[in-house]
Amino acid sequence: MAAALEITGLRKRFRRDGEWLDVLAGVSFDVGPREFVTLVGPSGCGKSTICNVVAGLVRPDAGTVTVSTGRVAYMQQKDLLLPWRTVLDNAILGLEIQGTPRAAAHEEARAMLRRFGLEGFERTYPATLSGGMRQRVALVRTLLCRRELLVLDEPFGALDAMTRAAMQGYLLRLREEFGRTVLFITHDVEEAVLLSDRIYVMAARPGRIRAERRLDLPRPRRATDPGVVTEKAAILDLLHAEMSEAFA
Amino acid sequence: MSVLRAAQGDRAGAAPANLHRRAGVGAGTRLRAYAARVVPPLVLLGVILAGWEAAVRVFDIPFYILPAPSRIAGVLAGDRALLLGEAAVTLGEVLLGFAIAFVVGVVLALAIFSSRTVERAVYPLVIASQTVPVFAIAPLLVVWFGYGTLSKIVMAALIVFFPIVVNTVDGLRAADPDMVNLLRILGAGPAEIVRRVRVPAALPFVFSGTRIAIATSVIGAVIGEWVGSTRGLGYLMIHANAQLHVDLVFAVIVYLSVMATALFWTVSLVEWAALPWRRAETAAQAEGEV
Repeated sequence: MAAALEITGLRKRFRRDGEWLDVLAGVSFDVGPREFVTLVGPSGCGKSTICNVVAGLVRPDAGTVTVSTGRVAYMQQKDLLLPWRTVLDNAILGLEIQGTPRAAAHEEARAMLRRFGLEGFERTYPATLSGGMRQRVALVRTLLCRRELLVLDEPFGALDAMTRAAMQGYLLRLREEFGRTVLFITHDVEEAVLLSDRIYVMAARPGRIRAERRLDLPRPRRATDPGVVTEKAAILDLLHAEMSEAFA
Repeated sequence: MSVLRAAQGDRAGAAPANLHRRAGVGAGTRLRAYAARVVPPLVLLGVILAGWEAAVRVFDIPFYILPAPSRIAGVLAGDRALLLGEAAVTLGEVLLGFAIAFVVGVVLALAIFSSRTVERAVYPLVIASQTVPVFAIAPLLVVWFGYGTLSKIVMAALIVFFPIVVNTVDGLRAADPDMVNLLRILGAGPAEIVRRVRVPAALPFVFSGTRIAIATSVIGAVIGEWVGSTRGLGYLMIHANAQLHVDLVFAVIVYLSVMATALFWTVSLVEWAALPWRRAETAAQAEGEV
């Protein structure tokens, strides 16, 4: 079966303060259809640059990005809700731009907001919502773009631990209920192990794929499951080895 | 503070009975906060007027030097028809001037924002035009546009123009670049990005520019009337002053400041009604500070 996303030999350099910085030095990986794949790595390993390349915001110096399903939906740590739009109107932003009539879009969004526990907040403005609720609205907006591949760049990075745990539950639905393919970025190893089918561990400066881990652990997973604990320890070992190399 | 608590309780879905009690306290507190804001300036104004009245009576100051507030009040009541008629002329000039400057200003701001060439060519001239004192060109405008209302409309428009252009350009540039990128990923073209992100993000800036502009545009119209006209509050003022009707001059000043204040509050009211999301932001910020 063809991959939903295939990346080969991705290279990117940025100029910062007059010096060239190797951000990505030949990154290759793939994401299968309906797969949940996570990139974990220390900060500065170019995770966000990969996302920006996949989303089409940054042009790579070398390498190819093939998205078999066309365009992607992108969600970042910042919820980027438009403050002048209500929750409902923020949710339909993608549909509206694609030309869906507002009434039909509203109907679809209402149902979706209900499933994400946002019923009764359709008419409120984002400013009055908590961080977790705002991210859920952003998630609904991302889902309603009707795009097969979702690129999620640390979407819960700014949330507290409790809210984060709740959000992970919502995220798992993306695949189970909506059958989406997810490329997920996080620096939280436990989060990665709880959610993913496969994990790519990255090395920093310049960014490379250091290891690939396939997780055949049963779902639903809990942080205390022996399999989860073992996998988490293995990935942390990889990351620690990477960090000590980087600082040696 | 209890108002904010009540709002928080509402969001968290607190027990209704509890919420009700808190909301009751909140309404009282809000009224008290409102009174605390309104009463001090009113008291101060009362003291000033009383002192003024007493000074005029005690020192027997003639009305053509300094009329007593009671005498000014008498003129305001007695010459109401005259004052209202001239005020209507001035207000018409202000509103027309403002409308023209607003439309031209916003269109120019969009052009400056969308084209580097237009920006380089026009922006320095727009800023330089502000260094020319309005008083200096007022007689010229009368020469060019005549003694009628047109020269006053142009005068008011010139004053309004600058804050509208500058604030709108700043506003169009203020949108979060990540939001612009988001729209791009969602498939929006440049015009759609301007419409869905740039313009809404610019509106609060446009409103603050407008608020400043509309109050000062009254000054523009009055200067125009001083320099040469046959109608309007500015004309009435010059005329009354020449005849030592100082009480009428004061009455005109009252009208002018009421007009400018009313225009200022009208813009604020329109902003309040047009941008409900700004209210949500202010409320959320106030809550965050508790």
